[in-house]
Amino acid sequence: MLLIDCPHCGPRDENEFRYGGQAGIAYPETPASATDAEWAEYVFLRDNPKGWFDERWFHVHGCRTWFTLRRHTVTHEIWNP
Amino acid sequence: MTHPDFLWRNPDPRPAYDVVIVGGGGHGLATAYYLAKNHGITNVAVLEKGWLAGGNMARNTTIIRSNYLWDESAAIYEHSLKLWEGLSEELDYDLRFSQRGVLNLAHSPGDVREGRRRVNANRLNGVDAEWLDADEVKKFCPVINVSERARYPVMGATLQRRGGIAKHDHVAWALARKADAYGIDLIQGCEVTGFEITGNRAVAVHTSRGRIAAGKIALASAGHTSVLAAEAGIRLPLQSHPLQALVSELLEPVLDCVVMSNAVHVYVSQAHKGELVMGAGIDSYNSYGQRGAFHVIEAQMAAALELFPIFSRVRVLRTWAGNVDVSPDASPIIGRTPVDGLFVNAGWGTGGFKATPGSGWVYAHTIAHDEPHPLAEPFALERFTTGALIDEHGAAAVAH
Ligand SMILES: Cc1cc2nc3c(=O)[nH]c(=O)nc-3n(C[C@H](O)[C@H](O)[C@H](O)COP(=O)(O)OP(=O)(O)OC[C@H]3O[C@@H](n4cnc5c(N)ncnc54)[C@H](O)[C@@H]3O)c2cc1C
Ligand SMILES: [Zn+2]
Repeated sequence: MLLIDCPHCGPRDENEFRYGGQAGIAYPETPASATDAEWAEYVFLRDNPKGWFDERWFHVHGCRTWFTLRRHTVTHEIWNP
Repeated sequence: MTHPDFLWRNPDPRPAYDVVIVGGGGHGLATAYYLAKNHGITNVAVLEKGWLAGGNMARNTTIIRSNYLWDESAAIYEHSLKLWEGLSEELDYDLRFSQRGVLNLAHSPGDVREGRRRVNANRLNGVDAEWLDADEVKKFCPVINVSERARYPVMGATLQRRGGIAKHDHVAWALARKADAYGIDLIQGCEVTGFEITGNRAVAVHTSRGRIAAGKIALASAGHTSVLAAEAGIRLPLQSHPLQALVSELLEPVLDCVVMSNAVHVYVSQAHKGELVMGAGIDSYNSYGQRGAFHVIEAQMAAALELFPIFSRVRVLRTWAGNVDVSPDASPIIGRTPVDGLFVNAGWGTGGFKATPGSGWVYAHTIAHDEPHPLAEPFALERFTTGALIDEHGAAAVAH
């Protein structure tokens, strides 16, 4: 079980959170003219690195804040700047 | 007693092959076998970074069934199930393939509707399927708790009698022995680290044991497919997750079918040796760590006890995790890639063991002919752009 530092509530158990996948995925700027390939990219393609990963977490059983965490996908270590 | 002979050679890599398969799990081995058997292509190497079949092939819970919802899935998984039915004989090895029946339980009116719909869809596709009400479930599997007072009462189930389990290690060994006998090199301790691409054609792999030239390169690397594809400049819609499973201590025979529940979220069978084999869903986050969190195990045990109060004092012996490649529609990605001569077969995620022979069959064809086998065609990478998804989240939800 990860110990995740919610920016609002402080360190809490992983099972209070919901995972949101890769961070920084922006909605297409001009959706009306986005091509099928651009939609596919936005909807389906996410990075899947073996190493550090910036990802979204949602404190669903707490303050219900979304935030970004940097976590290592092999060691599961959470980045502590 | 003497030690039995080794089942395959342990060769060093040669400088070049017609086909190089990256990954020596079930799918890589089956692909090699069918390349030789169906297409006469034997100048083939299977490169495995660890030891043969030590990845998901060694870690899965071996549930085999073909009762998927959509036509495309029914076709490929049923093709696989038919191959399973002759495979022990064909490979001359007892795979412990046991068609003991797979129950998928329904716990709500929505589940019931979805289950009945799937039974009808399966029958239209020639896949055996039956609907059982709660009493019939109890008769088929007496140790299930079908009390109406359960938190999630059992309201019925789909039954595929031809579904069941097999012994995963035997499957890998049998395929490896046959592939080896055709002269295919199974090379262990050989990690692919990159590709040599000239023009737009993949011509060689770089490995921890040097450069190996290849007429064609076929990825069969499950959880590591994204990492490899990235080396060839390709992004795939895959996310790697831990998937855990566990076994109990050995018990006398008590459960003679496979029971799965999406809603309560667990599945259980009893292996030939006597241990209960259980699993559930993926750990939520991306990971290559081949381990998961204990609260996930705890939740699946709670689910198991809800269904089987009789197991309340059974002890867990061992838990472990694999590294599964999950696709957006819970269906595999099979076929060519944007790089010529480089093929992909991935995204089987939580449920590819059952597909081992079928996957190998269609992938070998796709590689040999440089165009997709008809059963593989709908599973091409392009579907994420065209929108022709094959959404099996319903049939695959608890995985497997
Ligand atoms: C806990 C668990 C339970 C499961 N239960 C079921 C089930 O009940 N029914 C079902 O149908 N499916 C199940 N599955 C899914 C099934 O195991 C997989 O879909 C299937 O095994 C994937 O194909 P594979 O056997 O080829 O994969 P793997 O055995 O993982 O083979 C891939 C191989 O590629 C190798 N590799 C990776 N990168 C490189 C590289 N760079 N160079 C060389 N080699 C490399 C790996 O070492 C690995 O051996 C389960 C999986 C898990 C983890
Ligand atoms: Zn919080």
